Amino acid sequence: MEKLINEFSIGLFFWQAVIFILLLILLRKFAWKPILNAVNDREEGIKNALDSAEKAKLEMQNLQADNEKLLQEARAEREVMMKEAREIKAKMISDAKEEAKTEADKMVAQAQAAIESEKKSAIAELKQQVASLSLEIAEKVVKHELSDKDKQLKLVDEMLGDAKLN
Amino acid sequence: MTIPSIVGAGLAVIGAGIGIGMIGGKAMEAIARQPEAYGKIQTAMLIAAALIEGIGFAAIFAS
Amino acid sequence: MYFCTDFKDTVICSKMQRKTLVRILSVLLLATSISGFANENSKEETQGGNTQAERKEHVREYVIHHLSDTHDFGLYSYKDENGEAHHVGFPLPVILWDNGLKIFSSSKFHHGETVAEVDGNYYKIDHSKIYKTDAAGTINYDEHQHATNVKPLDISITKGVFMMLLTTILMILLFRSLAKSYAKNGNIAKGIGRFFEPIVLYIRDDIAIANIGEKKYKKYMPFLLTVFFFIWFLNMFGLTPLGVNVTGNIAITTCLAIIVFLITTFTGTKDYWKHIFDPLGDGMPWAGKIFIYIILVPIEILGIFIKPFALLIRLYANMTAGHVVLGSLIGLIYIFQTWLGGTLSFGLAFAISLIEILVALLQAYIFTMLAALYFGFASETHEHAEEHEGEIQHL
Repeated sequence: MEKLINEFSIGLFFWQAVIFILLLILLRKFAWKPILNAVNDREEGIKNALDSAEKAKLEMQNLQADNEKLLQEARAEREVMMKEAREIKAKMISDAKEEAKTEADKMVAQAQAAIESEKKSAIAELKQQVASLSLEIAEKVVKHELSDKDKQLKLVDEMLGDAKLN
Repeated sequence: MTIPSIVGAGLAVIGAGIGIGMIGGKAMEAIARQPEAYGKIQTAMLIAAALIEGIGFAAIFAS
Repeated sequence: MYFCTDFKDTVICSKMQRKTLVRILSVLLLATSISGFANENSKEETQGGNTQAERKEHVREYVIHHLSDTHDFGLYSYKDENGEAHHVGFPLPVILWDNGLKIFSSSKFHHGETVAEVDGNYYKIDHSKIYKTDAAGTINYDEHQHATNVKPLDISITKGVFMMLLTTILMILLFRSLAKSYAKNGNIAKGIGRFFEPIVLYIRDDIAIANIGEKKYKKYMPFLLTVFFFIWFLNMFGLTPLGVNVTGNIAITTCLAIIVFLITTFTGTKDYWKHIFDPLGDGMPWAGKIFIYIILVPIEILGIFIKPFALLIRLYANMTAGHVVLGSLIGLIYIFQTWLGGTLSFGLAFAISLIEILVALLQAYIFTMLAALYFGFASETHEHAEEHEGEIQHL
């Protein structure tokens, strides 16, 4: 202990105090403050950059989600449209079919009616012609047969013979 | 500086040495157990060792 | 780890001496314990009259001289063929206050060999201290080998002061350039600053913020940074061949410790003082506390002074011990003067130098760390009081 006190130099102590305090003040003003501020600024900058990056990422995600949603909507809409179109198509086809069928039916019916009437008229005409023909024939036959007495008798006989057979 | 005071200083230094040894050993064990707390253990170890060391020096200079 | 090395040296020394590994030991011990005990040893051996003992004495003086602060900056000295001593170095200004300011060059002392005469007063250097003497330069000693001459107030620019000035200039240039490089390069350090920036950040994050707290660390940062780099640079300068032992000087460490003490005391919060004068708080009735406080409060008050005292002693002792060991090991080369001994002691000195580089950094770190810890106690407010309570008791 005594040795330590003996070794103690007031001059050195004095200069140390002066130099150190001067150094402290100078460095504080010209070095530590700018250095610490710069480091702080930089760290703040890094933090901000990270934050904004995170934000951008979130936004990106949101955007993506939005896109996805839009896409889905679009897809759903398309689906609906497709469905509608298909329905319309089916309806049109069935309508057309129906119409065609009725038309065809109508045409067939008309045709049948026409055929029927043609037939009827044809039959009626045929009947008339047959009647008139048979009358003519009968008239001719009768005229021929009745022109001769033998022949009349013979005819009567034949007729009688036929009548018997019936 | 008398003989008894030198012996006393020596004893104090032995005590301080044992103390620092124990701190070091325990710190090693602690680091082995929890390697992730390495920094904190090291700091605490240095502080504790420095404090004991101070006592050792005080004993040497007081003798 | 290094803590042990300091103690180990001392312990091993005494053990090995008994095992009569005489050579290494006596020198180490001679140099290590700069005491009367060691003096006795060396006297016995000098009586034997061998040259080795003389050499030992020479090494001892060399180590002691190296540890002390001198008034000139000596790089090395040698003797020429005529046995005349030559000193290579340069003189430094001597400033004395002795009934008026006296400034003169230390070359007037001729390395302590002659008396310097200034304005009719005579001064002589004895063991690195300036005494006022008569014209012949007689110095009277008392029975403890202490000079009884009048000591004028000596505020010379000594070797230590010179080194401090050099360190100061270096630090200002270095950190000013770092600060400027931030401004220039958009907050990115350049050049040597890249090496120092992580250290600055480490001090901020792991020393200041960890011990003082996020809120209040800013006001202590300039001191912590300055003291760390100041001690570290001076420690490192001590390891250069110049070997100027500045941080191993008690006046330097005392000054640093006093500054720490003043900062701690003047930035102490109400809670800090409450911890000292009323450590138990409201946990106990008034009457019961009195008896405990008769013991506790003086201890706490003593603690305020012991903390910086331990700081100053620690730095001083570590650096001095390192220089003593290194100086002794280098001295061994001179003592052995053999091929084997020289090689061995060179290897040892080299290994110790490496450890000393670590110690230089570690001591600066410990000093800063403990200062930050004390500042942390001083600036703590009540919400932090709980977690620190246990630590305070141990300190």
